[in-house]
Amino acid sequence: MEAAVFILSLVDCCALIFLSVYFIITLSDLECDYINARACCSKLNKWVIPELIGQSLATVLMLVSMHWFIFLLNLPVASWNVYRYVKVPMGNMGVFDPTEIHNRGQLKSHMKEAMIKLGFHLLCFFIYLYSMILALIND
Amino acid sequence: MSTPGYTSNLNSTYGVNPTQNGAAALHHHPHPPHPPLQPQQRNGPDPTHPAMYPASSYYSGLPQQGYPSGPAQGLPAPGKAPLMNADYSGNYYHKTHSQPGAPPGPYPPPPTSQTPTQPPSTTNPPVSGAPQYPPQSYQQPVPYSMSANYYGQHYSATSQGQPVQQQHHQLHHPHQQQQQQQQPNLVPASSGTTLGTPLYPIVSYPSAPGSSQYGTLRSSQAPAGPPPIPNMMPPPTQNALQQQQQQQQQQPQQQHQYPHGNGPTPTPTQQGYGAPPLHQTATVNGQSNAGQQHYDQTPPAPVGPQYGSAAPSPGALDGGSRPPSGAPSAHSSPGHQQGLLYGGYGGNRAASSSTGLPGDHSSSSSDHEDEDEEDEEAGGDSSSTTTGSASPVPNSYESLEGGSYPGPSSVPPTNDASKQAPPFGYNYPTMPPAYQQNPAPRPDTTASQGGYNAPGYQPYSQPFPSLSQLSAALGGLSGVPELEVEALRPVNLLQERSILPPSPPAPPEPNLSSDLRKVNCSPDTFRCTLSCIPQTQALLNKARLPLGLLLHPFRDLTQLPVITSNTIVRCRSCRTYINPFVSFLDQRRWKCNLCYRVNDVPDEFMYNPVTRSYGEPHKRPEVQNSTVEFIASSDYMLRPPQPAVYLFVMDVSHNAIETGYLNVLCQSLLENLEKLPGDSRTRVGFLTFDSTIHFYNLQEGLSQPQMLVVSDINDVFIPTPDSLLVNLKESMELVKDLLSSLPGMFMSTRETHSALGPALQAAYKLMSATGGRVSVFQTQLPTLGAGMLQSREDPNQRSSTKTVQHLGPATDFYKKLALDCSGQQIGVDLFLLSSQYADMASLACMSKYSAGSVFYYQAFHHLHNQAQKVKLQKDLQRYLTRKIGFEAVMRIRCTKGLSIHTFHGNFFVRSTDLLSLANVNPDSGFAVQMSIDESLADTSLACFQAALLYTSSKGKRRIRVHTLCLPVVSQLSDVFAGADVQAITCLLANMAIDRSISSSLSDARDALVNAVVDSLEAFRSNGSNLQPAGLIAPAALRLFPLYVLALLKQKALRTGVSTRLDERLFSMCEFKSQPLRQVMRMVHPDLYRIDNLTEQGALHLNERVVPQPPLLQLTAEKLSREGAFVMDCGSVLFLWVGKCCNEVFIRDVLGCPNYASIPPNMTEIPELETAASERSRAFVSWLQESRAFPAAFYILKDDPSSKSNFFQHLVEDRSESAFSYYEFLLHVQQQMSK
Repeated sequence: MEAAVFILSLVDCCALIFLSVYFIITLSDLECDYINARACCSKLNKWVIPELIGQSLATVLMLVSMHWFIFLLNLPVASWNVYRYVKVPMGNMGVFDPTEIHNRGQLKSHMKEAMIKLGFHLLCFFIYLYSMILALIND
Repeated sequence: MSTPGYTSNLNSTYGVNPTQNGAAALHHHPHPPHPPLQPQQRNGPDPTHPAMYPASSYYSGLPQQGYPSGPAQGLPAPGKAPLMNADYSGNYYHKTHSQPGAPPGPYPPPPTSQTPTQPPSTTNPPVSGAPQYPPQSYQQPVPYSMSANYYGQHYSATSQGQPVQQQHHQLHHPHQQQQQQQQPNLVPASSGTTLGTPLYPIVSYPSAPGSSQYGTLRSSQAPAGPPPIPNMMPPPTQNALQQQQQQQQQQPQQQHQYPHGNGPTPTPTQQGYGAPPLHQTATVNGQSNAGQQHYDQTPPAPVGPQYGSAAPSPGALDGGSRPPSGAPSAHSSPGHQQGLLYGGYGGNRAASSSTGLPGDHSSSSSDHEDEDEEDEEAGGDSSSTTTGSASPVPNSYESLEGGSYPGPSSVPPTNDASKQAPPFGYNYPTMPPAYQQNPAPRPDTTASQGGYNAPGYQPYSQPFPSLSQLSAALGGLSGVPELEVEALRPVNLLQERSILPPSPPAPPEPNLSSDLRKVNCSPDTFRCTLSCIPQTQALLNKARLPLGLLLHPFRDLTQLPVITSNTIVRCRSCRTYINPFVSFLDQRRWKCNLCYRVNDVPDEFMYNPVTRSYGEPHKRPEVQNSTVEFIASSDYMLRPPQPAVYLFVMDVSHNAIETGYLNVLCQSLLENLEKLPGDSRTRVGFLTFDSTIHFYNLQEGLSQPQMLVVSDINDVFIPTPDSLLVNLKESMELVKDLLSSLPGMFMSTRETHSALGPALQAAYKLMSATGGRVSVFQTQLPTLGAGMLQSREDPNQRSSTKTVQHLGPATDFYKKLALDCSGQQIGVDLFLLSSQYADMASLACMSKYSAGSVFYYQAFHHLHNQAQKVKLQKDLQRYLTRKIGFEAVMRIRCTKGLSIHTFHGNFFVRSTDLLSLANVNPDSGFAVQMSIDESLADTSLACFQAALLYTSSKGKRRIRVHTLCLPVVSQLSDVFAGADVQAITCLLANMAIDRSISSSLSDARDALVNAVVDSLEAFRSNGSNLQPAGLIAPAALRLFPLYVLALLKQKALRTGVSTRLDERLFSMCEFKSQPLRQVMRMVHPDLYRIDNLTEQGALHLNERVVPQPPLLQLTAEKLSREGAFVMDCGSVLFLWVGKCCNEVFIRDVLGCPNYASIPPNMTEIPELETAASERSRAFVSWLQESRAFPAAFYILKDDPSSKSNFFQHLVEDRSESAFSYYEFLLHVQQQMSK
């Protein structure tokens, strides 16, 4: 059971890692002018919800399997994702808005955020891996 | 509110920290060339894109603008949606024509074969179409005669009655693979003197290897339809000419030696110029990367077959105008030279050189168009100059790059620089000794360049490293310190009551050498908040002042040098256009002033068309003027330049008819139809909507306009795509007919709903193939279909002192639509004439992101609100006839180390520093915020360049380039001395508006106050040695608190005073999109007393005498009952007449016997034959002329009803909810001492 939870988390985490990398690549494309703001934002906005779900899934999994430490580790990131999504002003086209992304250093902060998430997911990945192996051995 | 203040406050949000967002991209990544239209270079035709541009409708039929096969081949189809639009178009628009189950639409569902038949409109009986029209029979106009006229006018307009003498010269350049023909053809207008100056025959022009195709260019042109007309340009103005002449005389005249010396060293070809690096993926013009790729392969147009036919026509044309001076022979010599070298083409070339090639500037084979008719945009610009053009032929410049130029180090500065005539770019007349000793001797350049570096020759060496020393030198320039001292004079604001200068404050003069100052960009066009750029971000942070630029790039100019040149000289790495602030290392190389790269001077650039001499690249008009306009070649196009297309979308619901605007609009349109900017391709269309959408078929051949009603607003389709946007010339009669009957058609409508969203979608579909301008007239909240809105305003909250809600849009529909439009080069202008809440916050988005403009007429009614009606009429007059640029992009570049991080204005920021402007108009301003990423310590000058690439209404691709140069300083006091308080105020207003939308209004207001507190604190701690009590400000910033207080009392930012949400939002829009002068008048209106105007100190403008009364402070104290006062608030002018006003004034100026008989709503000063009346009218009309849209004029009497209108602008006075000026100062002081 325990092992199954971690295997699932591991898969989820991999997906999130890929997503983070995708965010970083797309944003840096925008930074280098390889794509325009409109294209970039519509690409990224598509993945905001999947990311949110993926992160919540991991958090909930940890909650129900009562791994408190990992749960607390995941909670801030999950809530940030939700907060960010909810806080989008009505007139904006999503978390990433093409008309604003070049203003006020938004691009930089999005980039930073994606980097931090990547780091976080990598950390989680190893935690899950370790826990999974532990669980398998214990079984 | 603690003092940490504005900068920290705003900055944290706005990200002004030293790590720049844009910076990396700006400088480390290859940039797409400014107009990223430039293709990658590849030779050879592109098989995959044969003539992708559809021959459909509009381009093909136009003889004059036929596109050559060359450029067209690589172009993406116009209708092809850019990548970024794909999603949306998929979502929204692709369902169009197939709706079997389509609801009650009168149209048969599968409209593949839609005919303009009249749908049986059930919903709207009175409007049921054709039958409604009076059964007159119309003669079809014959538009062709008109177009003939058209050319004629055009042509004469260009020459502008000046005795233009045209000289066309051909220089042949030895370049391989170029069919390029360079013949700078210049138009020295004041030819007397110009011709008189000695010309130096260019005896031995260097010949370079290769180039078999040389000289073919213009031949490609000859076969084209209309005979080329010489590129006539009005002469430069007298001043410019004189300058040029003087310079010419000063110039050492050894140029003719140059060729000898230079001959052996093959000149690096200029092919690289204008051709971008291979990996660029810029998107331009709404075309996505995909488009770019296609374009990349644009073949250099085939040339072979067109040989030889070139010469005759130009010769015929030009012959008469060419003076029989020695010039031609002098200039033809290179041609002959070439002829000898390349025997095969000798004949051709000789012919061409001797004929002077008037038409040739158009020549590049790919640049087919007949530029013969030079379009003098809107006539206003008297342009001077210049050269022949051919677009650079794509060539892989990477291969050239290697050996092209020695690195900067190999050209050490020369010692004798200072002895010689002033080097062009950097001229410090009083050079301190330190500088002269500085540069190392220049051992090898002289040697290698042997002959041409003859004694008199100026090595333009102002090597970069030495600039750092110059900065020290700069400080010591005589005269400067006094200015600075004055600007820094501490002013105790609490004690000095009358700080307002008697005339509007002038922008501070940047502390530059006189030569640079002379050529610097006009402050009306380009202004920086700090006219001395701080060296580091740390220094900027210390000063606590915002750093940014304010631009008004497309301003109507009275004088603008227009340059037609084969090669537009640009820096290879940062794509900066050559400008007056570059330094010439020697004759063959120039150093970019933005990225410091050393570039080659292309051969063509060596020839100066103004003086018609060779070897003076620094005297070219590009290098003599900081504002120039280039005629761009096809490299700067992604598709053939679009025609001018105008679509008018009009609300005809009951509410709209009630206001009576339709009459005014149709009348205005009828009057100005002929004056719409455009050429023979101009197209117009009309669309009206209430709960349904009505299209008008104006196809030539119909006897009367046909109305087509589409009532399926959930899925709008275009009934007859081809005949709704019609050629104005061809369908003029139909259009006029429609306009005269339109107001009457809906008189009895009962429809109250408004389906604005669907109408806009229809407009988008209609326009997306071409791009153009959509003018939307809306009178109420949209209530149907997509984009429908709800009223969000709570009237009880209008005067709330707390937060104001709903400043942001309610839906992203309009934003998305605007972005779609922007992608298809459609600009949307909104005219909102609503008396009820209409959600400006949401509606304005359609203009904001498509680079349109917003107009708002609160409570417009044609009878009840006469002043507004007049205002609308005048605005429309201006709006319809003003210049317009289509499919524009603007890029703002700055010196390495500076970066732009936030943009304000109406546009879409497509990539880091590329603003996409579907339409650009002469009345909009822009602002950007900058930060300093890297220390500027190693340079003494910071430069900014704004380049606006647009298609003129005549179908020309043009680039307008403005360059601003400012000194870099290392002292905090210098930063303060150079502060431009007006620019700072405008930039702060923009920042505050952003802040109030993204955060809250009170936040923004606090931030404004903190901006004052912080900057004054910074000045105080900088150690003004007086530390007395009181509020000390440097003289340069003494108006700062006043302006900020005025900002806080603006409609946009005020609290506690009843303000309609729409008015607030409109005011915000104005702040963001108006040019600086207009914003300043709104923020701090000008108040004058006019009942005692005298001629003293009056301005004399062509026989008009304009009195200049002193500015008064904006306080009721300055008003008196005995006087009459004019207040200039930007878009409104008030004439306030005091109760006991001089009877003579009332009689002589207002034409009324006494005060009591002045009618309550006068809107103009009557024309009376008295001196007083003439003076007053002269003054008021002078005020009116200083703005684009004439202000509404109100004459107010001193009674309570009109009081609030007028008195709310007296910003120094206390109001119920806001500080008086003195209280505000005390408040600031209190904040500072915390």
